[in-house]
Parts: sequence; C-alpha cells; structure tokens
Amino acid sequence: MSPRVTFPNKFLPYLLVAPQLAITLVFFYWPASQAIYQSTLREDPFGLDSAFVGLDNFRRVLSDPNYLNSIQVTVIFSVATAVLAMAVAMFLAVMADKVIRGKGFYRTLMIWPYAVAPAIAGMLWLFMFNPSMGTFAYMLRSAGIYWDPLLNGPQAMLLVIVAAAWKQISYNFLFFVAGLQAIPKTLVEAAAIDGAGETKRFWTIIFPLLAPTTFFLLVINTTYAFFDTFGIIHAVTGGGPGKATETLVYKVYNDGFVNLILGESAAQSVILMVIVIALTAVQFRYVEKKVHYG
Amino acid sequence: MIGQSSVSRIIAHVTLIIGILIVAFPIYYTFVASTHSLQTILRPPLPLLPGREFFANYYQALFGGIGQLGGVTVWTLLLNSTIVALGIALGKIFISILSAYAIVFFRFPLRMVFFWLIFITLMLPVEVRILPTYKVMVDLNLIDTYAGLIVPLIASATATLLFRQFFLTIPGELVEAARVDGAGPWRFFKDILLPLSATNIAALFVILFIYGWTQYLWPLLVTNRNDMNTIVIGLRKMISFADADTPWHLVMVTCILSIVPPVLVVVFMQRWFVRGLVETEK
Repeated sequence: MSPRVTFPNKFLPYLLVAPQLAITLVFFYWPASQAIYQSTLREDPFGLDSAFVGLDNFRRVLSDPNYLNSIQVTVIFSVATAVLAMAVAMFLAVMADKVIRGKGFYRTLMIWPYAVAPAIAGMLWLFMFNPSMGTFAYMLRSAGIYWDPLLNGPQAMLLVIVAAAWKQISYNFLFFVAGLQAIPKTLVEAAAIDGAGETKRFWTIIFPLLAPTTFFLLVINTTYAFFDTFGIIHAVTGGGPGKATETLVYKVYNDGFVNLILGESAAQSVILMVIVIALTAVQFRYVEKKVHYG
Repeated sequence: MIGQSSVSRIIAHVTLIIGILIVAFPIYYTFVASTHSLQTILRPPLPLLPGREFFANYYQALFGGIGQLGGVTVWTLLLNSTIVALGIALGKIFISILSAYAIVFFRFPLRMVFFWLIFITLMLPVEVRILPTYKVMVDLNLIDTYAGLIVPLIASATATLLFRQFFLTIPGELVEAARVDGAGPWRFFKDILLPLSATNIAALFVILFIYGWTQYLWPLLVTNRNDMNTIVIGLRKMISFADADTPWHLVMVTCILSIVPPVLVVVFMQRWFVRGLVETEK
C-alpha cells in the first residue's frame, strides 16, 4: 500500500488529539496507576497513615475465603448468563431466519430491551418475583413452592441470572440474525436436497458456520456479565443474601466504598484489570482471525 | 426456499410470538402496575389489565415530588438523565472524531504513541479503577456536577477506533483532489469528511446515548445530592424492602419513564443503530 496522502501541518494534529488525550490521562492513566500504587500499601484503620507492604495485599486477597467465594459466584453467574442469553437468542434468530413475512416487525419488537438499563432490568424482575408483593412469587407460593430470593441464596442467584440474561437477549439476537444472513442459502438447500431434515441441517451446517458469531458473542457476553451487571446486583440483591451473589466487581465496590479497606480493594482492582486485559486479548486475537476466515 | 414446509414456517411464527411475549412481558407488567393504586399493587396477584390511576400516578410522579428523594420530582431526574446521556454521546463523538482525524490524516512525531495510549484504555473500564477515579473527582471538585457525570465517561477508545477504521477506507485520491483544489485541513474535514461520516455518527450516537442513559456505577459514586441523580439511581433510592412506605405505584411509573426515552431512540433510529452495532463491533 502506498503511503497515505496527508496534510503537512506541524501543530494542528496535536491540538486535535489534545482533548481526548487530556481526559484519558486524567481519568484513566492517573487513577489506574494510583490503583496499582495503592495496592502495595496498607492504611491503618483511621486512614491516617499508610505503609508499604509489597505484594502482601494480593496474598491476603487471594487467600481470603470471601474472595474465592466471589470468584466462584462470578464464574457461575457469567457462564449461566452468557449461555442462557445466547441459547435463547440463537433459537429465536433461527426462527426469525425462517419466516419470510414480518421479519422487520419481529426485529423491532425484539430489540428494545437493549435500551433498558441493567439495573432497571433487575428491578423489573424483582417486582414480579419479590416475596412480599410479586405476583409470580405469590403464584409460586400458592403452588406450594417455598420462594424467597431475599433469604435463599440459590434463588437470588437464579433471579439475577434471569434478569441479566433477559436484557442481553436482544443484543445477541441482532448478531445472530446478521450471522445467519451471511450463511449462503445454497449450502442449506443442497443439504435439503440430499435429504437432511431441519434439525440435522441446523447442527451440521448452520451451527458450525455460526461459530465465529457465537464465539464473538461469548466474549462480549462474558464481559457484560463481569462488569455491566453491577447495577443488577446492587439494585436487586446487594450481594446477598449472605454473600451468595457477590461478584468480583461488587466486592471491589463494597470493600472500597462501604467497608473502606483501601489497600485490598485496590489489589482487587488490579486483579480485575488483568482479567480485562486477558479478555480483550482473546477478543482481538479472534477479530484478527476472523479477517482470514471469510 | 427448498426443504422448508409451510408448517415449519408457522411453527417459527408461533415461536417468535411467544419469544416476544416473554421478552416484553416484564415491561408490560410494570406498565400495568404503574396504572394501579398502591393498595392494588400491594395485594398480589396483580390484574393483567391496566387500571384507572394512569393520570393520577404519572402526574404525581412527574410533578409532585418523591418523598424518598427529598421532594425531587421525576421530571428533574429525567432531565438529568437526558443531559448526561446527550453530553456523553455528543462529547464522545466530538473528541474521538477529532483525534481519529489527526491520527489518520496527519503525520507527526508521537502519532503511534498517542494511538496506543488511547487504544489501551479499552482495558481500563470504570469498574477496575473505581476508588482512585473517585478521588480525582473529589480533588477536582466535580462531585454532584454534570461535568463530573459526563467528562470521565467521554474518553473511550471504541469511538476513536471506529472512526479511524472508517477514515482508513477513504481513498487517498479524495484527499489529494481536495488539496489540489486548495482545501485546507479544516475545509476537508467540514465539507468532505463530516458528510461522509454521517451514517457512522448516527449509529454511534444511538449506541452512546443508550450507554450514557444506562450508566449505573459512575452516577452512583459521583452524586450525593438527590436533585443531581440520574433516573436510574433515583429509582434505586426510592426502593427499600425493609421500609414499608416505598411508594410502589410511583416506583412503577418511574421505571416506565426511565425506559421510554432510550427505547424511543432505539426504535426510531433502528436502521442506523442495527447497522452500526453489527458492523462496528465486529
């Protein structure tokens, strides 16, 4: 490729990048470096003095049973949310790919939960299922099922998973529909002529060809479940009951802002940063691969 | 298409309708609840059809003030959310189109350093640097201000990367032709680049407006005063399960009002939004 044609200004480009650079330095790099610095300090209980403790905060955090519990909670929550949201969306997208009339209509009705804030999604589900006034909680109780997500850990987990997945269905749906449209119809028709039924066609042709979309969405959904669902947890369960729904991000917030254990909270932030970097790296490797794929 | 019976199409339609009902039901049910009196809501099961308190409830929430929020009206909360969402969307588009323009159409020392500095922020979401960022806000006196709600969120690599990607597809001949005709960098930006980017800007606007509107952690941290809350945070503050006087009928109204504006943006700008989302994030 020949070098790009450019404008020969000396000063202007610096002026153009300045606003973004300034904000990035003040609100990203400075705080991130502070987080790393703080993760090596320990403050006394009154916040008057702090001492350098090296990697001691990390050692403490990683051997804290509450933190290990929180890792487990996050993994269960993320995997369940991603799988549920993607399975439902893929199923509906395959159905939408079959219909001829009304495609746009279905899409319009399917996409708007995308605009609902995660915290609001959590509250919507809480209204329906909270033990004191929720209609569905009332119906479950009438059916003889003991239902109280405010006291029962697994039920609280179930509630936040369903709410988090519900919000993500529309996003996944859009991508699966786009992915399905990219699959050549001739392939599917050839299989049909060879006598493959609909189920067989799905598992042997459509599903493998959708793999790039599926993998991309898996990364996106995991990131979503890790970070964007803070609102759901905070609004619906507050990490409880006990610590049954305390995810990693919620714990950073809780230890830092509510319990004021600064050093350990900072250490947790640094661990989260490492996780994000890993997730982003996976995502970019995949994006690069995809260029060669099709 | 070959190999597809009309029966399977009918099954597909039915499944889709059931799917849509499940997706829409929580919102419909909240709407129903928002039109009933507090007494009806507190005695489950709730009827499936809207009640008669629509005007009374919505009027009270919008203009009457909410006790749990120290008398702040939902109208104020809506206004705050709109300012924040618009500020984030427009601010992000503004600073990232400028920096992408500089990185693609100019050659200057440190160009790639700047690019990587911006690019790496993809890996530093607010959630991983909560406390220190909060401290910066306190030091800069930005707590309880619109600037505090907006500015830290407008620097993000995604929009810059998107514009960079798009600018790279613009043929060099176009730049050359503009320069031969005597257009300077500003003229080229205003008369050629901006019109060409219109679709991208529209798509990005929708995505970023939703992003701004649905923020939770950040507004929770930087607002203490009730009249500076966004609607999502205000709603959270109205609810207390331990406390028997949560005004549930007003909570339902606020819930619906917090959903309507972003949904309208998505539905009316659907064409750009869908294309933007599917094309940019891939």
